[in-house]
Amino acid sequence: MDYLDQLEAEAIHILREVAGQFENPALLFSGGKDSITLVHLAEKAFRPGKFPFPLVHIDTGHNFPETIAFRDELIARLGEKLIVGYVQDSIDAGKVVEQKGKNASRNMLQTVTLLDTIAEHKFDACIGGARRDEEKARAKERIFSVRDEFGQWDPKRQRPELWNVYNGRIHKGENVRVFPISNWTELDVWNYIRRENIKLPSIYFSHERNVITRNGQLMAAAEFLNMDHEDIVEYRKVRFRTVGDMTCTAAVLSEAFEIDDIIEEIQQSKISERGARMDDKVSEAAMEDRKKGGYF
Amino acid sequence: MDLLKFITAGSVDDGKSTLIGRLLYDTDSILDDQLEAIQRANRKNNDGTIDLAILTDGLKAEREQGITIDVAYKYFQTDKRKFIIADTPGHIQYTRNMVTGASNADLAIILIDARKGVIEQTRRHSFIVSLLAIPNVLVCVNKMDMVDYDEAVFAKIKSDYEQLTENLRINQVDFIPVSALKGDNIAAPSANMPWYEGTYLLNFLETVDTHQPNTEQQARFPVQWVIRPQTAALPDYRGYAGRVVGGSFNVGDQVAVLPSGFSSRITQIELAGESLNTAEDGISVVIHLADDLDISRGDMLVKQDEQPAVSQEFEADICWMDTKPLDISQVYLIQHHGKTTKIKLQDIRYKVDVNTLEKTTDGHFGLNDIGKIQFKSADPLAFDEYARNKSNGGAILIDSRNNLTVAALMIAKATA
Repeated sequence: MDYLDQLEAEAIHILREVAGQFENPALLFSGGKDSITLVHLAEKAFRPGKFPFPLVHIDTGHNFPETIAFRDELIARLGEKLIVGYVQDSIDAGKVVEQKGKNASRNMLQTVTLLDTIAEHKFDACIGGARRDEEKARAKERIFSVRDEFGQWDPKRQRPELWNVYNGRIHKGENVRVFPISNWTELDVWNYIRRENIKLPSIYFSHERNVITRNGQLMAAAEFLNMDHEDIVEYRKVRFRTVGDMTCTAAVLSEAFEIDDIIEEIQQSKISERGARMDDKVSEAAMEDRKKGGYF
Repeated sequence: MDLLKFITAGSVDDGKSTLIGRLLYDTDSILDDQLEAIQRANRKNNDGTIDLAILTDGLKAEREQGITIDVAYKYFQTDKRKFIIADTPGHIQYTRNMVTGASNADLAIILIDARKGVIEQTRRHSFIVSLLAIPNVLVCVNKMDMVDYDEAVFAKIKSDYEQLTENLRINQVDFIPVSALKGDNIAAPSANMPWYEGTYLLNFLETVDTHQPNTEQQARFPVQWVIRPQTAALPDYRGYAGRVVGGSFNVGDQVAVLPSGFSSRITQIELAGESLNTAEDGISVVIHLADDLDISRGDMLVKQDEQPAVSQEFEADICWMDTKPLDISQVYLIQHHGKTTKIKLQDIRYKVDVNTLEKTTDGHFGLNDIGKIQFKSADPLAFDEYARNKSNGGAILIDSRNNLTVAALMIAKATA
């Protein structure tokens, strides 16, 4: 088998293990290419049946409008259930406090909304699109990653994970995060998207938009960025390599209009995908710390 | 393009993480922002070059202590192949993490420090490689720069290692003298060792054939999930979803359903709505049968004339992985594919001293202990000998009190 077939077969196997082992799983859907790929794999795993889980979106309220439009079209085509957890609700309930200042982001606040959504719907497994090549703490995480009742990841107490046997047994209140595309690289995802002709939100492809430069990164000029007179708005040809919240996802200058161009661009790139994520730049252990706190 | 999965094993200061760092660096797999992060971390070797080990030590605790605690997975590719490296810890305290990384590897790189030669840890790592049935071993004799690239040092280690593996079940062993720190024989042939006629590491990895001859596997299909839409358009659709783990199935094959033993015929094989004639090893598909049988998750389809053992009693090699020692009076759970059932440990056959490879009758199994145990499960299991089919001979033991995975089982044979 070709490597993409192997990766696909492994991911489908993992998705079916989730269906078989858990009472009430969910698929965490961000609107990014990795979770869109997961949805495509779920179709391969479960059609012509329905998905044995709803899609769950944790909405910071600072999304790219293109992502939300894409999400709603996808859900309509799939005929599957979508549950949305709103960070705004957590703010209104006084559970989290909005950050202040120019670099304010709701990225950290998402964790609380995510954990509340998991608790409210009693999800025992949450499927996510994280990959081990993204970041060094993620490189250490198991495919079935058990979180305690506070949603926390304990890297020192990970269960051994052998062959293709995944131990999803948990106590009430705990949940398992499951990462079916752990072994895929960014390039693998793009090659798979090309091979399978998977549709993506338009912001992944080169387009013209207003941007500002913050901390050396190009950010979409949006009201959420608390712009002031120091921010100089420029109209540039850009695309996004990852799609998160508008406050933490930086754009790259790009002329890549087609998937082939993007694959070419990634192969030439000297910067990693998460190099354009402000949330990872906070400290050396930014991702590890967030995961320990219950993050995706 | 194909995919090679390998592990790297070595003891604490053998330069294992440096070797991986070097492979990634020399294949241009480290990007600018990652290099920048390494430079920010400001970890330098004694000679002022960047410490590449920091690339694989992903956890804070690892960076603080300068050791690898858990498996880190790294990905790179060349024009010829894609690679997944499981960088596994060398320290005896983390043997279980090495076993985790080894379970899916096609090749093991064992590092030996040229100054120290074959040591206890080399023996332990090699034993684990043979226990987990990794077909190929590559011994990298590292730090050749510190022994003046001396051929005699390399020859002595090679001969010592060959002696060590005489009693182990390893299919193929190769040797390369390297210096991970200086880059000798990593991504290009070394000019410092003209006496060495073999190939360099990267070329070896790109070309090694890990396919074992004479191990034609029999067809196995553990059922994970039954697809039954029960809609107006598809009232009678019933498909068995799973992944082929050995051999292959064709439309028209007579199959047996285990453990029940009922038989039927494959009428259709589907992948994402497309019909296939054959489901080859490793593929995830949906299989349809001619007869309506009671089949659910945990059952296994096999070819009628290629049946595995179906038994409640068997012997297995085990690696204990929990800090709480094995309690022979306790009933555990075994998870084998989609089947989880209660299991008793009937008899401890022996324990192996992983450093000397001697068998002892010591009945105490603590963290990282390895040995052979006689088991009896509540429900019958359909399995193959681990050495013949890893996926169908491997299983895990779970402690039902805390749900932890407490042991890896490599099934040897049915005993009843």
